[in-house]
Amino acid sequence: MAKIVFEEPDGTKRAIDIANGQSIMEGAVRNGIVGIDADCGGACSCATCMVYVPDDWFDRLPAKDSSEQSMLEFCPHVQPNSRLSCQLQVTDALDGLRLKVPQSQQ
Amino acid sequence: MADPLVIIGAGQAASQLMASLAQDGFQGEICLVGDEPHLPYQRPPLSKKFLAGELALDRLYVKPAAFYEKAGSRLLLGQRAQRIDRAGRAVILGDGSRLPYSTLVLATGSRPRELPLPGALYLRNIADVEALRARVALAKSLVVIGGGYIGLELAAVAVKLGVGVTVLEQAPRLMARGVGPVVSNFYARLHGEEGVTIRTGAMVRGLDGRRVVCEDAQYDADIVVVGAGAVPNVELAREAGLAVEDGIVVDAECRTDDASIFAIGDCTSQHHELAGRRLRLESVHNALEQARIAAAAICGKKPPAVQVPWFWSDQYDVKMQMAGLSAGHDQAVVRGNPDIGRSFAVFYLREGTLIAVDAVNRAPEFMMSKQLIAERARIDPSRLCNESVAMKDMRN
Ligand SMILES: Cc1cc2nc3c(=O)[nH]c(=O)nc-3n(C[C@H](O)[C@H](O)[C@H](O)COP(=O)(O)OP(=O)(O)OC[C@H]3O[C@@H](n4cnc5c(N)ncnc54)[C@H](O)[C@@H]3O)c2cc1C
Ligand code: FES
Repeated sequence: MAKIVFEEPDGTKRAIDIANGQSIMEGAVRNGIVGIDADCGGACSCATCMVYVPDDWFDRLPAKDSSEQSMLEFCPHVQPNSRLSCQLQVTDALDGLRLKVPQSQQ
Repeated sequence: MADPLVIIGAGQAASQLMASLAQDGFQGEICLVGDEPHLPYQRPPLSKKFLAGELALDRLYVKPAAFYEKAGSRLLLGQRAQRIDRAGRAVILGDGSRLPYSTLVLATGSRPRELPLPGALYLRNIADVEALRARVALAKSLVVIGGGYIGLELAAVAVKLGVGVTVLEQAPRLMARGVGPVVSNFYARLHGEEGVTIRTGAMVRGLDGRRVVCEDAQYDADIVVVGAGAVPNVELAREAGLAVEDGIVVDAECRTDDASIFAIGDCTSQHHELAGRRLRLESVHNALEQARIAAAAICGKKPPAVQVPWFWSDQYDVKMQMAGLSAGHDQAVVRGNPDIGRSFAVFYLREGTLIAVDAVNRAPEFMMSKQLIAERARIDPSRLCNESVAMKDMRN
């Protein structure tokens, strides 16, 4: 289980608990985090679950695989600190992770 | 108090509609009626990870029950809508009760096309997969009738579980409705390499116990599953006198010819600008997009921009991602080698304009093409097939 803090597009901060083994995207969608569309439900095919990771966390996350990397490259609002939240599985090690949701996924 | 907004069919379109209505500031009461005993769930994993036993049931659900019940909304699951009384503005449920509506949204989806083969199974909902999984665990052989993407995903999962699988497709090639011949040939090779027997041009005549009888051969099977396409659930709409033409006819706002009734998802037929004609799409993207469009119309908000349609299919370690509508192309351009390995893309052009892509383990081709198709970009085919030109640099 990890407590993860999302900063929604309007600046609202919301902390939610997500169980181990779920993806961060799943936790966000179930808790109605605004701005995580996740149209493909985690199939790494829509790139509408993108989040920004603060510098102090970025290197602590598991590395991107090649398909996440190439999906991200073509995201409209991508930044060097972007990740696809459906590709991040929750573990205890992510407790306290802070994520920023982009203004739009389109 | 005003009558509620009623949604018939509790699938992915319905779930997205409720989320988008909330975002768009909808204040009224919502009543969601669904005939399955489940909260809205995602169907794609049914023929993929859920079938394989790699994804638990609760991870299929889009949202928790509380989401559908908050703020005066009601969830009526396991209840079938029998009839629409348009004059009286009410839905008649299976138990005879009347559910008045102010606005009605039909999100009834589609169902498998049935073949006259008694004893054959189908793959559409959770109950189907649960029945199928129990049988697959005990089976030595499976015949899949229909070489569309659902049948092929099933074949991929079953052969990995140690079942002998034969796919019988009546057309001369696999997934003929969805992809071009180059891609069909690739999938025939892929499944062959993985140990699945593929028979195209196979005319199934009947099912005799555990024997599938074709025109020129017979196949014994412990399990027979039909994946022969889907038919839209349009009966409620047709009986209520709404315009139906393959799917329920809707305008650009997803409104039917009755101004207080909308329709979204697999059950609809809508004019598509990219195709230049009316068509019925069966995809998650279409269900979500139409839900967002209908929510905006209901709330009087500006509609979201129409996106390029897209779809995906997972078979073995191969992810195919498709964007656009390839019907009517006059040129197909291949990038990469479809005869070796498992990674290539086919671009479809009409009069020099990119209209669609089938990308096999090629996320950049898929993502970049989505943008180019939306821009109606004209791309030099010699660049498209030249792997030394990166997809990022494909804009001429
Ligand atoms: C096995 C499988 C795999 C798929 N894989 C993919 C994929 O990889 N990618 C992709 O994009 N798409 C895929 N799809 C298609 C996608 O799931 C559908 O396009 C999508 O579910 C459509 O959503 P919907 O809400 O319109 O319909 P549905 O999800 O079918 O929901 C409609 C609901 O309405 C109910 N209903 C119907 N009539 C009534 C009534 N009278 N009263 C009450 N309830 C009623 C139905 O029982 C159903 O629960 C797949 C589909 C299947 C079956
Ligand atoms: S949910 Fe589609 S890529 Fe993450």
